Amino acid sequence: MPHIELAAVSKSFKTNKVLDDISLSADAGEIVVIFGPSGTGKTVLLRLIAGVEEPSSGEIRIDNQDMADVAPEHRDVGMAFQNFALFPHLNAFENIASPLRARAQGESQVKDGVARVAKLLKIDHVLGHAPRELSNGQKQRTALARALASSPKLLLLDDPLRNVDAKLRFEMRLELPRLLRQAKSTVLYVTQDYKEAMALADRIAVLAHGKFVQVATPQDIYRKPATLSVARLFGDPTINLAETTIGDDGTIALAGERLAVDPSYEAWAGRKVIFGVRPEAITVRQGNGTGLKAQVMAVTPLNERTVLLLQTAAGAELLASLPSSSTAIPKAESGVEVTFSLNGAHLFDHETGAALTGGSA
Amino acid sequence: MDHTSTFERIVRGILIALVMIFFLFPIFWIVLMSFQTNETILRIPPSMVFEPTLSNYSALITGTLKTTAGNLDIAFMRNLGNSVLLSTASVALALILGVPAAYAFARFRFRLGEDIAFTLLSFRFAPPLLVLLPLTLYFKQLGLTNTYIGLIWVYQLICLPLILWIVRGYFEDISPDIEHAYRIAGNSWWQTFRKIAVPLAMPGIAAAGLLAFIFAWNNFIFALILASADKQPVTVGALAFVTASGIQYGQIAAAIVLSIAPTLALALYAQRYLVEGLSLGAVKG
Repeated sequence: MPHIELAAVSKSFKTNKVLDDISLSADAGEIVVIFGPSGTGKTVLLRLIAGVEEPSSGEIRIDNQDMADVAPEHRDVGMAFQNFALFPHLNAFENIASPLRARAQGESQVKDGVARVAKLLKIDHVLGHAPRELSNGQKQRTALARALASSPKLLLLDDPLRNVDAKLRFEMRLELPRLLRQAKSTVLYVTQDYKEAMALADRIAVLAHGKFVQVATPQDIYRKPATLSVARLFGDPTINLAETTIGDDGTIALAGERLAVDPSYEAWAGRKVIFGVRPEAITVRQGNGTGLKAQVMAVTPLNERTVLLLQTAAGAELLASLPSSSTAIPKAESGVEVTFSLNGAHLFDHETGAALTGGSA
Repeated sequence: MDHTSTFERIVRGILIALVMIFFLFPIFWIVLMSFQTNETILRIPPSMVFEPTLSNYSALITGTLKTTAGNLDIAFMRNLGNSVLLSTASVALALILGVPAAYAFARFRFRLGEDIAFTLLSFRFAPPLLVLLPLTLYFKQLGLTNTYIGLIWVYQLICLPLILWIVRGYFEDISPDIEHAYRIAGNSWWQTFRKIAVPLAMPGIAAAGLLAFIFAWNNFIFALILASADKQPVTVGALAFVTASGIQYGQIAAAIVLSIAPTLALALYAQRYLVEGLSLGAVKG
């Protein structure tokens, strides 16, 4: 039985429809990342679940109980806000203690509870400080600690790493999965950082224009993107895209040459499509006459991977990413031939952007 | 940053001094007058040199005014007590009614909400005399003339709009997420209002309360028309010093000093809040 279920939930503000017929379910203990660019209604979705906004239509069920008439304080959720929303007139200890006090626990239980999460999040030394005396990282941890303190069954985390510096974000990205597993809660985690989504999620739900375009495991999202926009949102460097038409023999026209990538493309012969290929699915060879001819414009080493900027004879630019340990890294300005490996190549419909190969909604 | 020349600074200093003298000299002169007898006050030319006397204060405090025409009972201390009672009770009632109302106007959108808020503010536009005549008639019928309850009720015209609009701005400044966070943590709406919204708006509430207190204290016309001697505050009570045997300037001065003392002390104590509260209310309200 799913722990939380959204059934056909819509939310409009006046005439502006923010969420349109959203359905999602998450099992107990599962971490579902809600991913999408800003302004797509991710935060609104969490607010609906927390009960501080009401859906215009549809049903939200927690533990198989309809939440329509349940006040926020009775939903047993913990929420961390993107802007932290700490109580400015209470010190860090009292901030974290607030959900425990609300559950009418004794003073010693409150102390133990706060000490437990504070230690977990390494903020035990600043518990006496007022929020304005905390650094951004400490504020973020205090907000997270407050959400975790009462061990709620459902945790709603609204882009908690958005407002912290890069170093802390990196550390927290490593730490959070452990923390969240330890909390044993069902987690809905909102972010617009695809690396965060990939690192944390059991499943990723990609939200765009008020609808889920794909709900799948991180691997599936990456390997089988359901739409062009999903393919573009995940991956760094981003996927290479080119408009083309599929020939009768299943070849695609690319940079003035006809290229045979996959014989199965014949099924869409004559159709206008967008061909996409992941940078790491590009193989670069020093000319043996089989691939697309290209010139290496720039070589950028990025730690464990090296990114190449290639330009075809017709002027189209391609990004390729190779392991830095590879012996086949060409020099800048040299001529190379390019082939694509099948598992990183995708076809999308030119009109709708829906995946024609591989993807699954 | 400092581009001002010496000349500019001197001119500025002189101008500021002039303004200060203009506003503070009357108060200074009144303080001097309160320690003089009518004779020394009225001598020509006036002089700052005199024999100080406490007779004015003792007359006020004992309640007996000695004039050339005989002894006269004055109820100044009772007036002072009335002022304290009326102002305090009015502000307390206005806070009890106005703070929750300000919160509602700040947080909830409801039908006619803006219209109601504006109507309440419009009480401050209308000249008091305009409402006084009909009010006297109603108050007679209701039996509210010359009662503390009636006066406190009318004083809401002064206090309530002030508190409502200043405090509303403060509530609007609090991020709703802070309140949401407290509710999600497991607290009811009422607890959130008490433990989060009110403490965070406290500077505004304090400033609005003080301003309302000063406005209520300084009111003259409502009590003049709607109450008789035993319920009147100092502002009206001071009229008693215009006696058959002449105007008692010394006592009036002493009465003024005594009656501005409480508000002055309050304002000095809270001037930081006052300035903050006023500007914030102005920007956000």
